[in-house]
Amino acid sequence: MSQTLSVSTLLWVPLAPLVGSILAGVLGTQFGGNVIGRRASHTVTILGVLISFIVSVMTLKAVAIDGARLNETIYTWMVVGGLKMEIGFLIDGLSAMMMCVVTFVSLMVHLYTIGYMEEDEGYNRFFSYISLFTFSMLMLVMSNNMLQLFFGWEAVGLVSYLLIGFWYNKPTAIFANMKAFLVNRVGDFGFILGIGLIAAYAGTLNYAEAFGKSAELASLTLPGTDWMLITVICICLFIGAMGKSAQFPLHVWLPDSMEGPTPISALIHAATMVTAGIFMVARMSPLFELSDTALSFIMVIGAITALFMGFLGIIQNDIKRVVAYSTLSQLGYMTVALGASAYSVAVFHLMTHAFFKALLFLAAGSVIMGCHHNQDIRWMGGLRKYMPITWITSLLGSLALIGTPLFAGFYSKDSIIEAVMESHLPGAGFAKFAVLAGVFVTAFYSFRMYFLVFHGKERFDQNPDAHHDAHTDHGHHGSHHVPHESPWVVTVPLVLLAIPSVFIGYWTIEPMLYGDFFKDAIFINADLHSAMKELGEKFHGPWQMAVHSLTTLPLLLAASGVALSYVFYMVKPEWPAAIKKTFMPVFNLLENKYYLDWINENILARGARALGTGLWKVGDQAIIDGTLVNGSWKLVGWISGLVRKAQTGFLYHYALVMILGIFVLMTYFVWLK
Amino acid sequence: MSVTTGLFYVFSAIMLFAAFRVITARNPIHAVLFLVLTFFQASMIWMLLKAEFLSIILVLVYVGAVMVLFLFVVMMMDVNKESLRNGFWKHFPFAALVGVVIALEMSAVLMGGFRVVDEPVTAAVPGASNTKELGKLLYTQYIYPLEVAAAILLVAMIAAISLTLRVRKDSKLISVSDQVRVKAKDRLSVVKYAATQAAVATPAADSASEEKKA
Amino acid sequence: MILTLGHFLSLGAILFALAVVGIFLNRRNLIVLLMAIELMLLAVNTNFVAFSHYLNDMHGQIFVFFILTVAAAEAAIGLAILILLFRNKSSISVDELNTLKG
Repeated sequence: MSQTLSVSTLLWVPLAPLVGSILAGVLGTQFGGNVIGRRASHTVTILGVLISFIVSVMTLKAVAIDGARLNETIYTWMVVGGLKMEIGFLIDGLSAMMMCVVTFVSLMVHLYTIGYMEEDEGYNRFFSYISLFTFSMLMLVMSNNMLQLFFGWEAVGLVSYLLIGFWYNKPTAIFANMKAFLVNRVGDFGFILGIGLIAAYAGTLNYAEAFGKSAELASLTLPGTDWMLITVICICLFIGAMGKSAQFPLHVWLPDSMEGPTPISALIHAATMVTAGIFMVARMSPLFELSDTALSFIMVIGAITALFMGFLGIIQNDIKRVVAYSTLSQLGYMTVALGASAYSVAVFHLMTHAFFKALLFLAAGSVIMGCHHNQDIRWMGGLRKYMPITWITSLLGSLALIGTPLFAGFYSKDSIIEAVMESHLPGAGFAKFAVLAGVFVTAFYSFRMYFLVFHGKERFDQNPDAHHDAHTDHGHHGSHHVPHESPWVVTVPLVLLAIPSVFIGYWTIEPMLYGDFFKDAIFINADLHSAMKELGEKFHGPWQMAVHSLTTLPLLLAASGVALSYVFYMVKPEWPAAIKKTFMPVFNLLENKYYLDWINENILARGARALGTGLWKVGDQAIIDGTLVNGSWKLVGWISGLVRKAQTGFLYHYALVMILGIFVLMTYFVWLK
Repeated sequence: MSVTTGLFYVFSAIMLFAAFRVITARNPIHAVLFLVLTFFQASMIWMLLKAEFLSIILVLVYVGAVMVLFLFVVMMMDVNKESLRNGFWKHFPFAALVGVVIALEMSAVLMGGFRVVDEPVTAAVPGASNTKELGKLLYTQYIYPLEVAAAILLVAMIAAISLTLRVRKDSKLISVSDQVRVKAKDRLSVVKYAATQAAVATPAADSASEEKKA
Repeated sequence: MILTLGHFLSLGAILFALAVVGIFLNRRNLIVLLMAIELMLLAVNTNFVAFSHYLNDMHGQIFVFFILTVAAAEAAIGLAILILLFRNKSSISVDELNTLKG
């Protein structure tokens, strides 16, 4: 694989995990008769993802170093009136990078799952699902047309549903997976409207062809209104991204999705599925550049998400929820970057975030395993003694998250902040405030979690909900469950993820943001949206950027966030409780997640059900069945009840009527004619 | 006024009077007899119209058969004559009004419309008779309706008979078709019986074995 | 005066009217009803014969022939039904025949 890429080699990338998934899913479960066991299942799926990863790396090398590109249709499914529906691959910098990220994180999660799901009955099913997810995500990122993108989009949503509800006997899990699916559906509705508009006005679903027609599309308005067509298209597409990438207000599903096992939180809800929306907007950059309104909308939504989700992260007690709200907040950052026309920065942050967030989730999972399935950080503490590898990798991940200079997260986050500062779109002012404030908030909640879990007093025996019953395989009973480090299958992925979390920013920032890596993948109208150009002028290398940042506001905010969390949770632990008591209304607002769930469940869901019931009882039963159907026969019956009174049964009455009829006719013909 | 006209008025008057009495007679036998009178007068009027075959047929067939039939039936039925008349005169005014109006209207139309027709001059062909003319037409042009009329009479006869047929309850008459359709199992049933029995039950055993043989 | 066709037709009309009146006057006697029907047929026959005579067309008389046939058949069957009715209900009052009431 040198100068050129070949389709037959590329096909290994999505198909290898698919084959693994089918083998594990059919032969490894009751569906196929439990033919293969656990070892065989995990071996075949890991092998699939490993092959996929190796080919992805080779592809990345070909793309980045040898400059190879590919845009080919592999299979034409059907042609409907001029609209071609195909399967094809588009390999450029963007897709090659995504392929590597997806396969690497997936491989780490596969390895991790061997340890995490060891005791679970659905072991084979789980491996099948995560391989299936890998296949779907790869189809999404490698596609060269919107149909395949939508296929991948829906498929990842489906697998996410299956995985969130993995423990299907838990009612909360079922509630969560339905919620995820339905909220995603709302986003998908907008998405498909956008795709439909493109298909209608550009006559094609292929990216290259549609983008070629973008100049014509820019001058059209939506018929019947005076809205620019391109704005409507972009906003509809972004609504899809809002659903999938959990932007406000369609973010409500992501915290609930923590009901699923931790490996999938890492894979799906941190690194890959939720980034599909960001990827899609970056891919469609030629269209988005044409609509300032859409970009402004994107930026504002992203800013709201970045800031307000961060606030919610401060008060969470479940370790996974803290990381979930952190994910939401970081997705908001990526979205803000998209709005500022800094698509490459957003994608760069996507990549770095994938690594350190997956790391943080997997570490959280390791902590949960070590604490005997307790997830509440109030009953942890001082774990650094018992779980050293988990501790170090968590620390590295958290430092990356808050934007410590030289770590990966620093480069991507600071680039976002600088890009937003250069933007002049409506709403940029709020966005600037939000991203800066978000730095402080991020640092605060990240280190709150870190201090409460790994430092301080050990509080595991204070847990009122401790399970003293089921864990016989741990070998020790009794009231004092001491945490222990996780097996190597769990810690090796943590280490392997920590490495890029630290180093990848430094190495790749220059080629990705200021080089030719995304040259033909992302299109920016530099005259209108000059953010990247300005950033390029100020950039003088990664080392210089790190040094320069020591004097800027973001670092100051991050440091003060860490310091404040140290004070609150290590030095003066009684202060947080006192503040909570003073600001009780604010606390309630945050505790209830801004009452959005309440609105969704009681107003929207209940309202929809009430509408349905009303239409059923009144519209269907009363009006259609009662009045129209029943009413018509009752009317006929009533009329015939009246008419039958003429049938007296007496012959002479009938004869009389006949005679009178003759009489009337005769009178008519004789006198009136 | 010629004789024909005079006869016409006489016959019509009697006919109308008789018809009136048919419907208002107290005794049903009187009603039937008045009906016979009406038919006789009609027959005479038809004779005036030179339709002699039909007028004789009217007397022979209609009066002679149908009216006699009516008489038979009236005499057979043992009706209470008194109860027949209740409420008769209550409806008479309205009925009379309707009848008079219809009659007057029809007459007005008919008299007004058909005044112009004159008595046609019939070429007196020697040997030409009404019967012969009727026959000529009937057996050539109307042969099919004639056959149908015959079938109608047959059907009427069968219908009348089958409607009122009463079968004697103790008649020993057997339907032949039923006899032919008999099956062995309707007449005979085989009963399993032990060959040897106690001495007391011997007569029963004999008859059982006879049954088997038969 | 000359007898016109109109005279005969009027005669037929009056006879018909009488018969019609007879039908709905008779609430008690079914036999009179049947007789009134015969009267109506007679009136119609008279009409036919009159037309046949004045238009010099034999077809009218042929039709009378058939009407007579059918009238005879109908009278026979009507009387048979009357007898059955009398057998079952022991009454020939038309007032009591209302089982076909709707």
